[in-house]
Amino acid sequence: MSSRRIFAKPARFAAIAPYVWMVLFFLVPFGFVLKISLSQTAIAQPPYEPVFDLTAGWDALKAAFAALSVDNFKLLASDDIYVFAYLRSLTVAVTATALLLLIGYPIAYGMARLPKRWQAVAMVLVIVPFWTSFLIRIYAWINILQHDGLLNQILLALHLVSQPVVWLATDTAMYIGIVYSYLPFMVLPLYATLAKMEPALEEAASDLGAPPWQVFWLVTFPLSLPGVGAGVLLCFIPIVGEFVIPDLLAGSNALMIGQTLWLEFFTNKDWPVASAAAIVLLVVLLVPLLLYERLQKRQLEQGR
Amino acid sequence: MAEELPGMNVAAETAGGDACPATGQPLLLIEGVAKTFGMFRAVDGVSLDIKAGEFFALLGPSGCGKTTLLRMLAGFEAPDEGRILLGGKDIAQALPHERPINMMFQNYALFPHLSVRDNIAFGLKRAGMPRADIATRVAEMVALVKLEGLEKRKPDQLSGGQRQRVALARALARRPQLLLLDEPLAALDKKLRESTQAELMELQRRLGMTFIIVTHDQEEAMTMADRIGVMNAGKLAQVASPRELYEAPRSRWVAEFVGDINLFDGESKLRDGRRLVIGTRDAGALVVTEPREAVGAGKLAVAIRPEKIKLSRRAPVNEAGRETAINTLEGVIADICYLGGTTTYKVKLDTGGMLQASVANSARLDVDAYSLNQHVVAWFTPDDCVVLQS
Repeated sequence: MSSRRIFAKPARFAAIAPYVWMVLFFLVPFGFVLKISLSQTAIAQPPYEPVFDLTAGWDALKAAFAALSVDNFKLLASDDIYVFAYLRSLTVAVTATALLLLIGYPIAYGMARLPKRWQAVAMVLVIVPFWTSFLIRIYAWINILQHDGLLNQILLALHLVSQPVVWLATDTAMYIGIVYSYLPFMVLPLYATLAKMEPALEEAASDLGAPPWQVFWLVTFPLSLPGVGAGVLLCFIPIVGEFVIPDLLAGSNALMIGQTLWLEFFTNKDWPVASAAAIVLLVVLLVPLLLYERLQKRQLEQGR
Repeated sequence: MAEELPGMNVAAETAGGDACPATGQPLLLIEGVAKTFGMFRAVDGVSLDIKAGEFFALLGPSGCGKTTLLRMLAGFEAPDEGRILLGGKDIAQALPHERPINMMFQNYALFPHLSVRDNIAFGLKRAGMPRADIATRVAEMVALVKLEGLEKRKPDQLSGGQRQRVALARALARRPQLLLLDEPLAALDKKLRESTQAELMELQRRLGMTFIIVTHDQEEAMTMADRIGVMNAGKLAQVASPRELYEAPRSRWVAEFVGDINLFDGESKLRDGRRLVIGTRDAGALVVTEPREAVGAGKLAVAIRPEKIKLSRRAPVNEAGRETAINTLEGVIADICYLGGTTTYKVKLDTGGMLQASVANSARLDVDAYSLNQHVVAWFTPDDCVVLQS
């Protein structure tokens, strides 16, 4: 029994460490943001009120609590700008994720069917762009897409267009940028599931009379769903909050929620509204996460 | 047959379409089939014919090409050379889903996302069978492999033996003209494997189907198959019934691969009627029965199975006191291996060689047993010897 006691302490610490991490780096900051979202903007330092001052005594603290309100959330719901920004973010994220799945699946499938030593090469090729700064890569796209950029030069040289096409500051440019940037996040989880799938399963389907497209839809695709789920989540969630790519590549007539947040925070110095927008975004993103988790749990239960 | 299985009329209802040749008629013809992977010639000009209703085993060490040959029959590999005729039609280049052949995979390859029922129904749905018929056929198959009550389970909720049955039911459901089995029992433990062997044979006989099984387990091949094709280095070394394969191997390689054997190299010395005297280096002169196929003048080998050799303390004599045995070798026991039903003795011969003799333990008390270093006489008849070209 004594040996067990020796290990009890570090083991217990290891068990609670993730919770400590969660509290310190997620729950506490979230509490700050939540508090600010319930405050009002003010020309002060910090730029909101009330401010909790623990040294001012019990009555001051009670007054500060009383001053909190949900006005900012009401504003978000009533002002079209925010509603449209959320809707646009979701539309962009859904469209971009669908494009990523359509483009990423064949790539991952092709990679998984390569001879083993070529699979490693393909993997490196997918990851290599990450070694360059993300911003530089987006600026490179600006270069390619601008009026006299590489893309227009090629199109003109091939006589596919008679005059330069406007690419920059369009949704097309934004989608190109997003799909380009997030492709590895879609390809890698898909590749991981497809590569570990037993090849005999596809052969068995084919042996039982399924032509190639049925082999894919009845066996390969259903069995790759965990990878599809992971890839979709890994892309969808950050794209909803995406700020840099739409700011640099898309036009300024329709903003995504990330851009709106940035405007409120830095240009308007309205921290409370920005915080409220961030909280709503978090709640919106919780929905697909919870759905995915429930799906996984069901799969696990079926697996048992 | 006592029990009548509804709808077990193979020829009329094959999902694959064409009617199956009657039992005993040639079903599958393999002609000069070859397959090369890079520099490696996996299958090197194999020709073989298989009759309808036959239980055929492809036996060989790993890497001999037996699995590649099976995969070419299923359509997963296309042969580089040769023809594969099924019921007279060349299917060498046909895709797997176009062939009236089904396969039972080594690790079963059950679809993990489908229930037992849906796994069995998979091939039937692909064949466009009406729903009601599918339900009937699935129920029939479930009964056939005794899986009643497990229809809704997923493969990972089944034991190894149950999975094996689902795989069998799924492969049989389409009533293929030919069923291929790739090491179907390798994943089962010994007792289960033996009972499943018996069930597979019974099933094959009852359904009148043609089975080709690939195995590296010679006991399994011997037990189940009507005929065995032994493969070595991409070629068929011999195609024969289990008995013929064991008692009359055609080459030194087959003799050594199938079962245990004593081999003595030598040269033909003398011919005396139907008898041949062969001078061997390790066992002196041995008298053998002349093989049916004429042997050349060159180097020969005499092969004797261990259980054909009798051991005794003195050479056997008749009433007149004359030695009766024709081939007698003397030596001392060098090693004893007790195996339960039999005991294998290694005898160091006075002529220099080693001899393995397998003796049945027919009495419970070991009055007949020999001990280490005991002097013994080993003897066998000319008919027990096989002469092989060396």
